[in-house]
Amino acid sequence: MAVSGLIMLGYLLVHMYGNLKFFQGREKFDHYLHETLPHILYPYLPEGGFLWILRVVLTVAVVVHAYAAITLWRRNKAAAGYVGGSRYQTKQNKTGYQRSYSSFTMRWGGIILALFIIGHVAQMMPNWLSPGGASDSKYDRVVNGFEIWWVVLLYTIGLVAVGLHLAHGFWSALTTLGQNHSSTRRGSRWTAISIGLATVITVGFISVPIAVFFFGAGS
Amino acid sequence: MNITVRVWRQKNAESKGKMVTYGVENVSEDMSFLEMLDVLNEQLTLTDDDPIAFDHDCREGICGACGVVINGQAHGPQVTTTCQLHMRSFEDGAVIDIEPWRAGAFPVIKDLVVDRGAFDRIIQAGGFISAPTGSAVEANNIPVPKDNADHAFESAACIGCGACVAACPNGSGMLFTAAKITHLGLLPQGQPERDSRVVGMVEQHDHEGFGGCTNIGECTAACPKGIPLDTISRLNRDLLGALAKGKA
Repeated sequence: MAVSGLIMLGYLLVHMYGNLKFFQGREKFDHYLHETLPHILYPYLPEGGFLWILRVVLTVAVVVHAYAAITLWRRNKAAAGYVGGSRYQTKQNKTGYQRSYSSFTMRWGGIILALFIIGHVAQMMPNWLSPGGASDSKYDRVVNGFEIWWVVLLYTIGLVAVGLHLAHGFWSALTTLGQNHSSTRRGSRWTAISIGLATVITVGFISVPIAVFFFGAGS
Repeated sequence: MNITVRVWRQKNAESKGKMVTYGVENVSEDMSFLEMLDVLNEQLTLTDDDPIAFDHDCREGICGACGVVINGQAHGPQVTTTCQLHMRSFEDGAVIDIEPWRAGAFPVIKDLVVDRGAFDRIIQAGGFISAPTGSAVEANNIPVPKDNADHAFESAACIGCGACVAACPNGSGMLFTAAKITHLGLLPQGQPERDSRVVGMVEQHDHEGFGGCTNIGECTAACPKGIPLDTISRLNRDLLGALAKGKA
């Protein structure tokens, strides 16, 4: 769970670097996507070879992450000792002592993310799913898509889900790997760093659709 | 003060339980929570009802026998054991829900009593040191850094009450297991069996049907002894170290 999550987080940071190149304009953005990325480690690797390695690694990470999550989910459900539909019959203190909102949205958030990723990958197929109109320029496709309100809305939901997932996930991964030295969750510097990281990633990614939809960037 | 309690009543392990409501009058705010249950049980006995079964022993907060979920919180609203919780923590006229620890690994035996034998079996799987018997050696023969001694002592304070499991949304017993790993792992006497201890105890923990830790932190907030959360990271470090050495 922890290692596959950290691999995906590492990818997200690089992905965000690419997205922010949008603000450098059409030429630089398209050059990065059409020329720079396919030629990473070229000619050690064939053209686009690095991207294929990346795709395989990420697919394996997603599958491992989902498998671990489902296994853990089932095991923990059995371990919690449910009586009928609920664990404790009382209606008081349902949200516990100090659990964070992000920590108990990990599972549903994860499912939202899985759906988001499926839709997102489908969009990346060459001109297959192109809301707003197809184009050979990826820059144009970004602009076309984010001029539609429901695309922006779905993207925002996905990104908020990413942020919440990371706010608990990054802290949890590091704790699982033995790196927490704080006596409480809230007191840990990793909690603060996780929230910071989640905010940076959400804001970083969301800045592109906001620039397009509200400020007319690229049109 | 007069209160109403809703208690989980369950005849035995096989039967289905339910919440039953009782009124308790003239409760002193200086009574402990268990004394309030004693008063209720006297009432029930007088009316030929079956008294409510609950675990208790020392009633001074150091044995770990007592423990119920009060209003959805393990050991109730104060960070202490149920026996050390006093009725002044509740308001006059309060409706108090009392339920047993809920966990797959802690089956209900009767009413509020659960079987916590799983904890004993985790300890048997490595929560000890193998030492030659005989008279105790002079304590100062083995120097222990102050910091390690303090942290080991902090973890040794675990009384094995099970509140961590009851509070954990995953029903995980990681804080209990990690407290023992930390306690012994920080002391010189714990070193020879450090790898086999963590592997054995975690294996037994999983075998007993406890859930996996997802680092939510409810356990440490509920713990009457304040076992810190970083013990779990220490357990994970020890486990990764042992696995890297091929000790699985």
